[in-house]
Amino acid sequence: MSERRPVYLDHAATTPMVPEAIAVLAEQLGRTGNPSSLHASGRAARRVVEESRELIAERLGARPSEVVFTSGGTEANNLAIKGLYWSRHAQDPARRRLLFSAIEHHALLDPVVWLGKEQGADIVTTAVDRDGVVRLDDLRDSIDADPQAVAAITTMWANNEMGSVQPITEVVALARPHGIPVHSDAVQAAGHLPIDFGASGLDAMTVTAHKLGGPVGVGALLAIRELELMPLLHGGGQERDVRSGTLGAPLVASFATAVDVAVRSRQAEAARLEALRERLVSGIARLVPDAVVNGPAESDRRLPHVAHVTFPGCDGDAMLMLLDAHGIEVSTGSACTAGVPQPSHVLLAMGYDEDAAAGSLRFSLGRTTTDDEIDRVLAVLPEVHDRASAARAVRQR
Amino acid sequence: MPYLDEAATTPVRRDVLEAMWPYLTGTFGNPSSTHEVGDLARRALEDARRDVAAFLGARPGEITFTSGGTESDNAAVKGLALASSRGRHAVVSAIEHPAVLESAGWLARQGFEVTELGVDAFGRVSPHDLAAVLRDDTAVVSVQLASNEVGTVQDVAALSAVAAGRGVPFHTDAVQAAGWLDLDVTRLGVQALSLSGHKLGAPKGVGVLFVARRTPCEPLLHGGGQEDGRRSGTENVASAVGLAAAVRAARPEASEVAALRDRFVEQVLAGAPAARLTGHPVHRLPGSASFVFPGRSGESILLDLERRGVIVSSGSACHAGSDEPSHVLTAMGVERDVAQTAVRFTFGAAVTEDVLDDAARAVVEVVA
Repeated sequence: MSERRPVYLDHAATTPMVPEAIAVLAEQLGRTGNPSSLHASGRAARRVVEESRELIAERLGARPSEVVFTSGGTEANNLAIKGLYWSRHAQDPARRRLLFSAIEHHALLDPVVWLGKEQGADIVTTAVDRDGVVRLDDLRDSIDADPQAVAAITTMWANNEMGSVQPITEVVALARPHGIPVHSDAVQAAGHLPIDFGASGLDAMTVTAHKLGGPVGVGALLAIRELELMPLLHGGGQERDVRSGTLGAPLVASFATAVDVAVRSRQAEAARLEALRERLVSGIARLVPDAVVNGPAESDRRLPHVAHVTFPGCDGDAMLMLLDAHGIEVSTGSACTAGVPQPSHVLLAMGYDEDAAAGSLRFSLGRTTTDDEIDRVLAVLPEVHDRASAARAVRQR
Repeated sequence: MPYLDEAATTPVRRDVLEAMWPYLTGTFGNPSSTHEVGDLARRALEDARRDVAAFLGARPGEITFTSGGTESDNAAVKGLALASSRGRHAVVSAIEHPAVLESAGWLARQGFEVTELGVDAFGRVSPHDLAAVLRDDTAVVSVQLASNEVGTVQDVAALSAVAAGRGVPFHTDAVQAAGWLDLDVTRLGVQALSLSGHKLGAPKGVGVLFVARRTPCEPLLHGGGQEDGRRSGTENVASAVGLAAAVRAARPEASEVAALRDRFVEQVLAGAPAARLTGHPVHRLPGSASFVFPGRSGESILLDLERRGVIVSSGSACHAGSDEPSHVLTAMGVERDVAQTAVRFTFGAAVTEDVLDDAARAVVEVVA
């Protein structure tokens, strides 16, 4: 066990709050006020919420009225896809088709599957290439099969496991002639890639605070005003009637501060992380020559802070535990499937076999990542790799 | 400045903030991750779940953390109805919080038949009325434990017994009752119960849904399968820890506060003969006094009181700014124009005689 601070390389699962967001949260928690109340403390809370909405809108290229606060990315995704499906289906019962990429996060995938199983939706997967990027020819074919029946299309902005950036502009261009609304889960992309909601042409987009330095428990669905969305949470009619409930000024203000910090420091931070990632990846290639770095090779086609690596003949879970014993924290895929011995649906969709999927690790870097931390990973990697290979060999015998 | 709108939201308790602090600043981690940082978060979350379960007399596996009372109500009403094999009929009281009423409205759009149970002039639901509307295909009954607007407390044990006799799962919205009333789910006889953190001294953005072990409930949020699949979404550990600290600190000091409240009500009624108490005189939350002032404008009373430093509200914060009279008051038979003169005073266990005396004097001055 290392006595030193752990090396945390799982920032794509959740990343520590930035000091500015902590300060705002602490300050706001000390105040009282329900943003829906009319009196002075209620008005003060409301002002904080509205200023936060404006700041997030400005930083992400949206209008303030397009920002719908939610309890996080999962709720925003559930609201987007169920709300869109229910509304579009209600307008025209023939609209039963939902087109989604094969590499969506479970927070999007599972509501889609639920709509298919419980609500009669006809769910259609869009294939991805070997780099984990949506195949536009496949999407075009899916749309053309019956464009009038498509309720919605959803394609994430960047994949959480591979870091592969998706061709959002092209997806929107395919959908537009048919008037099909497009949603994108930008949870991993926001704060790491340049994002302009207005310019993207998207109808709706999901972001969450805790992946970019804000608190857990708050996120937003950006949705153009014209979009009809049946709410998921009914009640007091907050958030322009799309999302009822009191999230409160502290979470919302802290979220806005985190977005502001992340977007303003994005360019410098992306360059720093890209350099750190490059050191990590080239170090791995030197120490474990048969290791394969997955996802797009070009830096402009992937997230700067994610490196997904397959170690052939190696047990990913064993590596994860061995690294953990050295105080190094990584992941085998998305956190939500960790602990569940299932091969990653993302790798399988990319055409890898179950063996490769079982021998993979995701390193995700963040604000706290340093050169020294990368050195510490590389220092123990050969030993960890040898022992995990032996473990796999024993198991297979 | 006397803050007498605690039913809208209570200040975050200092000990709650202190309990949350390490999870905001240091012990970050996604509880679903497998490594050490995730372990610490997971342990804290499970400790919090045990504390909340103890508070409700429930099992830890029956406790789901949510984003708040609205989500808990939506998840309960829709989830119980959708998962039921009994049929497509739902029963709610006419004075429920909009989170329950609108969820029932959504069920109606999904093809459910919804029965709204009326209340008496004090806002109470009668067990006989409930018995009369239950059917073989009733999937869920939802009646709040206490009203956010008029403070009336329902006899949930008697109502749930009626539902149990027909095998219908019973949900109660206990958001306003938390901190005041016994919330033991066995004594209440309920299969589902909603709580909200910010009415207990925890921050906004966290709540609890209790669902009894053998009661099927369809999840509202699908995704990573957190909370054993009952509620997907990265767990808000800091807030769950804060909520647990708040329930540990919750000590109903009901009798003292009720006595102060009664004194306040008497002073208002004596000094302002136009005032009428709304809600039940006895079966009501200790920290709640609500009135109508026929012939006056509720809005202007509110503003006049604020000018005198007394912060109150006209009813539910969710409805603030709306011209519609309260659905709770109209269901109780209050005339629409009179319902628009409602003013609600809600306070916590820390309220003092002096504060309430000042408030009563201000009310009398304002409406005199």
